[in-house]
Amino acid sequence: MPEAARKVRVRCVVNGRELSSEAYPMARLLDVLREELKLTGTKEGCGEGECGACAIEMDGALVNSCLVPAMQAEGARIRTIEGIADGERLSAVQQAFLACGGAQCGICTPGMILAAVNLLERHSQPSEAEMREGLAGNLCRCTGYIKIFESVVEACRRTERTA
Amino acid sequence: METRVIGKSVPRKEGREKVTGRAVYVDDLTFPGMLHGATVRSEAPRGRIRGIHFEGDIPWDEFTVVTAKDIPCQNCIALLIEDQPCLAAENVNHPEEAVVLLAHVDKYLLEEARKRVRIEIEPLPAIFTIEDSLARKEIIWGEDNIFKSFRVEKGNVDGAWDAADFIVEGEYETGAQEQLYIEPQGMIAKANAEEGVTVWGSLQCPYYAHKALVRLFGLPKDRIRVVQTETGGGFGGKEEYPSMIAAHAALLAMKSGKPVKIIYDRAEDMVATTKRHPSRTRHRTGVTREGKFVAMEIDFMVDGGAYETLSPVVLSRGTIHAAGPYSCPNVRILSRAVATNMPPHGAFRGFGAPQSVFALERHLDRVAKAVGLEPEELRRRNFIREGETLAVSQVVKEKVDMGGMMDRALALSDYHAKRRRFAVENLSGPIRRGIGFAAFLHGAGFTGSGEEYLASEVAMEATREGKVRVLAGSTEMGQGTNTIFAQIAAEALRLDCEHIEILQPDTAMVPNSGPTVASRTAMIVGKLVEAAARGIERPLVESGLLRAGYDAAGFEEACRAYIDQFGPLKAFVKYEHPKDLHWDDEHYRGDAYGAYGWAVYVAEVSVDTRTAEVRVEDFVAVQEVGKVINPVLAAGQIEGGVAQGVGFALYENVVWREGRMVNGQMTNYVMPTSMDVPPIRVFFEEIPYERGPAGAKGIGELPLDGTAPAIANAIANATGADVRRIPVMPEALMEMMEAVESGHA
Repeated sequence: MPEAARKVRVRCVVNGRELSSEAYPMARLLDVLREELKLTGTKEGCGEGECGACAIEMDGALVNSCLVPAMQAEGARIRTIEGIADGERLSAVQQAFLACGGAQCGICTPGMILAAVNLLERHSQPSEAEMREGLAGNLCRCTGYIKIFESVVEACRRTERTA
Repeated sequence: METRVIGKSVPRKEGREKVTGRAVYVDDLTFPGMLHGATVRSEAPRGRIRGIHFEGDIPWDEFTVVTAKDIPCQNCIALLIEDQPCLAAENVNHPEEAVVLLAHVDKYLLEEARKRVRIEIEPLPAIFTIEDSLARKEIIWGEDNIFKSFRVEKGNVDGAWDAADFIVEGEYETGAQEQLYIEPQGMIAKANAEEGVTVWGSLQCPYYAHKALVRLFGLPKDRIRVVQTETGGGFGGKEEYPSMIAAHAALLAMKSGKPVKIIYDRAEDMVATTKRHPSRTRHRTGVTREGKFVAMEIDFMVDGGAYETLSPVVLSRGTIHAAGPYSCPNVRILSRAVATNMPPHGAFRGFGAPQSVFALERHLDRVAKAVGLEPEELRRRNFIREGETLAVSQVVKEKVDMGGMMDRALALSDYHAKRRRFAVENLSGPIRRGIGFAAFLHGAGFTGSGEEYLASEVAMEATREGKVRVLAGSTEMGQGTNTIFAQIAAEALRLDCEHIEILQPDTAMVPNSGPTVASRTAMIVGKLVEAAARGIERPLVESGLLRAGYDAAGFEEACRAYIDQFGPLKAFVKYEHPKDLHWDDEHYRGDAYGAYGWAVYVAEVSVDTRTAEVRVEDFVAVQEVGKVINPVLAAGQIEGGVAQGVGFALYENVVWREGRMVNGQMTNYVMPTSMDVPPIRVFFEEIPYERGPAGAKGIGELPLDGTAPAIANAIANATGADVRRIPVMPEALMEMMEAVESGHA
């Protein structure tokens, strides 16, 4: 059997928990998350890194998990949509998406929320240009993005109020 | 009128599940022992199947293989007629037509195997354009390649041209458009001879899939069950095609005896499933010196692809909307849907109207120029008013004020000042700016007698705890069905939305409330929800258990007492067509729709003359859609529709080669991103519609109609380019601008 076709053990920290999984080295991290770890909140929209539905945070960077080989996740700290709320308490970004209509069909929402969270980690008060740029890797076919922009602005407001 | 929840932006009913990633879409479901299914498709656009060969180093005995021979009953996907096979048997009529199905537990091996099935096809000559189809270069469907034609006649067009001081002609085209829901299509099926067939999947119309499966398997209706999973966008793309995937998954499940999941990847979804019909429209318009229309002659064509599917209905809506919100005494509209060897085109939000409205609204700017009037002045002189008749001779009974709405939209967008300013500024520098608009209407609900034939049903039940459940086949696909139904039921019952539960559409549990299409769910089905709520309240009141002015606790108490005393508390309502709405299907005249949404959209663009790139800089959308049930959801519908319209106008170019889409990837089929959308400023005028729930009319499709022509008119204003075709690709715009420069425009 060729080397690439043998499963290897991948250990990483997902949403604060140390996890270990068997995966082919070149398996997509997206499939490992969804199929092995049963974290189905991360979605597949295109499988070619265009739509951002599979966006997650890996060592603090926003990545498309459909383009990340499993072996690259060895030792990484990963955050998915399942790790955004604090138990049943929604994060400010999630609350804002609910209040402002940032989610319609919901399929881009997990990736979009990860992108928004990542953006706000980099810019606590993003300008409109920063916001548009920060979300540009995540396609939404329902909202025309307007309610998503409003959600991000509202999330800033909520974060500021509680800070 | 004071309302509790109507008109309030209550949060989306299933929003919490969506923002936490807990909502369950079809690909999130797994069953024990489940196999994955794949579809092997025709590469040829047209031909005879000579053989199917299973090649390569593949353990074929491990695979479940299904061909047309395995179909238990009728080999068709039943829709309007039964011309589309579930699996091609002897002939293929378009590229990507399904021929063989495979299932295996290992999806990686399955993909390898799919590539090693060779379908041997003896090619036949194929046709790919409306022109070749009309010219009958090959007869590929029926006797004349024509799926359907309509003729609308009002007044006497032939006798009216003499009264015209100007006659303006023009031809306009729109391209195919992919719905591009972010969740690709998918289904899971379980099937066996004893229990029948159950499918779970991403779809808009559970009862369409149900009907198709009944024909395919020849089973009684109660042995077929269709369950909708959370649906990641539809936009029409999940109206009909899910029936095909449900059929494929069910055939594999029946043969293998195991659950089978078919999830399309993006490329397969884009090349194989339906798209918006490409169109060609010819206009001939007679106008007086004063700018009054005396005659309109419209020839409207759509390319239906290889099978009829929904093309007659798409053509119908496009035909009826082709003459717009104008009053003209003499109108003739001829329309045809023709066959080509392309994958069948299908439903996409707007359903034929965005095509014919683009042609009309672009044409009217050209008519205005010919007459020497401003575009707004020409339209103002011809807008339909209450009591006047539309092209299909429908007397408008709504209090429509298109002129007022246009003034508001032009004021909000600062249209007049910008028009003057841009004319000066465009004389220098590489960037040209322009502003343009479109005025339009969109009928809500099924056309003509459609709702009467559908005879939709809704049920409702109250629990002993005082919760109220809505049972309907209408689906939530992001547009807000769950929330809107909850608001309507809550308002009628003086409760909060938390008291209302919306049952997941499941044909074993919910009645058929009709397909979730045609801007009909809030207006038509919502009205049935309202009536069902009254049907829950009535027995509670009549039995003396519920007193006037009750609160939530009183309602809960009454439900408990009623169910303890009398048993289940249920209501069931069926649509009744208003007696005063008449439609003559033979002459295509009458009350085409119970109500229309009315709108004026204004687009501002900038064009970089060095690259011919267009940016939409600002967008104002003013519309009247009756009472707005939920302002955030309603604005979301408009904004999302406008963004899809921006794509339709500027970016979304399906590249065809021999009937096959060759840019079936998000990389090279480009939809608007967060960098591309303008500010979209949405305004509602609210005139309650007496037959809508709480006064609401339909809204979903409206924004697709007017966005593209507003943008095209703005490009023409910016550059002088005589835009006739969308999407306006930079290379085409560059040529048009060069024609302007050289004086050949």
